[in-house]
Amino acid sequence: MLEISLSHYLTVSAILFVFGVFGIFINRKNVITILMSIELILLSVNINLVAFSSFSGTLSGQIFSLFVLTVAAAEAAIGLAILVIYFRNRGSIAVEDLNVMKG
Amino acid sequence: MLFTQITFQAALPEYILALTALGLVLMAAFSGSTNSAKRFIKLTALVGYLLAFASIFVLPSESHSIYFGLFRINNFLIYMKAIVLIGAFFACWMVTSDWADGVEKPEYQVLIMLATLGMLLMISANDLISLYMGLELQSLPLYVIAAMHTRSLKSSEAGLKYFLLGALSSGMLLYGASLVYGYTGFTRFDDISSFISQNVASSGIIVGVVFMLSGLAFKISAAPFHMWTPDVYEGAPTPVTALFAITPKVAAITLLMNVTYFVFSDIRFEWMQVIIALSVASMIIGAFGAIMQKDLKRMMAYSSIAHMGYALAGLASGTHQGAAGVMIYLTTYVFMSAGAFSIILMMRRDGLPVQKLSDLSGLSSTHPYWSFGLMIFMFSMAGIPPLAGFFAKWYVFLAAVNSGLIPLAIIGVLTSVVGAFYYLRIIKLMYFEDVDQPLDEGAPTENVIILSLSIIVTVLFLFIIGPLREWSHGISQTFPVSGML
Repeated sequence: MLEISLSHYLTVSAILFVFGVFGIFINRKNVITILMSIELILLSVNINLVAFSSFSGTLSGQIFSLFVLTVAAAEAAIGLAILVIYFRNRGSIAVEDLNVMKG
Repeated sequence: MLFTQITFQAALPEYILALTALGLVLMAAFSGSTNSAKRFIKLTALVGYLLAFASIFVLPSESHSIYFGLFRINNFLIYMKAIVLIGAFFACWMVTSDWADGVEKPEYQVLIMLATLGMLLMISANDLISLYMGLELQSLPLYVIAAMHTRSLKSSEAGLKYFLLGALSSGMLLYGASLVYGYTGFTRFDDISSFISQNVASSGIIVGVVFMLSGLAFKISAAPFHMWTPDVYEGAPTPVTALFAITPKVAAITLLMNVTYFVFSDIRFEWMQVIIALSVASMIIGAFGAIMQKDLKRMMAYSSIAHMGYALAGLASGTHQGAAGVMIYLTTYVFMSAGAFSIILMMRRDGLPVQKLSDLSGLSSTHPYWSFGLMIFMFSMAGIPPLAGFFAKWYVFLAAVNSGLIPLAIIGVLTSVVGAFYYLRIIKLMYFEDVDQPLDEGAPTENVIILSLSIIVTVLFLFIIGPLREWSHGISQTFPVSGML
């Protein structure tokens, strides 16, 4: 039987984190996907925290992950609100339309 | 043990801001949107900042940590809190109901007060959890106020961009924090710091530190994490841009100093490389990026990127002298930006805000006082003696040279020469070009007072630099000596 060790959890969370980051930078379709990628990043952090907490026997990681969950919810709410305002002004949420100001 | 007198005393500014913000929420909800109600709300917010600032003086002078070590104060952190509160007071005061574009809503005051509370909390953070909560309490209201002008496409795009990249940076910071927690087993800064001094720092910790530094570099808009800055500065309503330029940078740099100098002082050779790279990149991108800009707020964005590069040069030295240099730099930076933005806020033509560089041409013949003020700030930002910006640059570069980072200091001096080009271009526009279309006369009293105060501080800085230097050197000793050079 394969024993699931800490490094397995860390690998999963690192993969999720990389997916999240790539989802933000490579995605050219729409902003909702970026919001989902941000959630993915935060969830990968939660996996990290809970895994570390459970393998090291300290509780603070689990407390931390509860805070992260709460803030992630607030962040998603604010992000969607800003997205709605943007859609009203622009009529589109495609990433390539985010170009009124050029850098 | 949980609630002793010190628990109340040590976090007094935070309590005052939190209670005032809650009061403002109620007032904003029940008072309606008449002009007198808005003025009353703004007045209450200003009183809140003043009370919080006054309470700085009754804070205990020795260091304390309260709430089971989640929250810590010492003289250095108190000084930074005072700077943040001054900046927030200016940013709140600048918004006058008949001049502001899109931000004259009562919620605006509530949100910037909550953001200021978040900044104070992140300055005092002594635990990875309180660091994250403080940072998010600062960031979330700032995302909202960037998009505050709900009918403006530019403002909502600025808000969206700021939100997306800010959330990504929080994610990176958090991933780093989780690695640091995992490989040390602690979330409290003191515990992490003593763990690292007793054990060899594993690569997991170092990866975590690099992630945390990248996340914080986003917040202070250091290159190569600066992409959001020009767009957000340009798109956000001008009072919001002023706020972005003044306060969050101070709080985030303080947090960065806390993390590098206090928590990870024993692995300074690892983080110093990261900070040096950030510093060089910011100085170069800030200097060269601003040259091509036609928009005044966009130019100020690149200028702030460059300023963060200079402040990071002091930070990169890893010495007490560097810490003192960063403190002096941030002090002057707050006044210079507040003054410059008070002028940008007053620039109107036919009642509408203008923000192109070309709108400044011939300003000296129509608005001599504004152009005098802007000239002072531009000279100061370019680092011309005897203005404040010169001393600020002098002390950070001195610290860099003294700790052997001579190439960094040389790059810094060269990029400030490049930077002088676009600062002097503004002065040339104002004094040596003809008026195209004159800007509106008349200005809100508040902005003129802020402008005058900033001019006084910038010009007379050479008289306070001596005592300030002594004093900042004294309080930079609060950082642990063991890991210092």
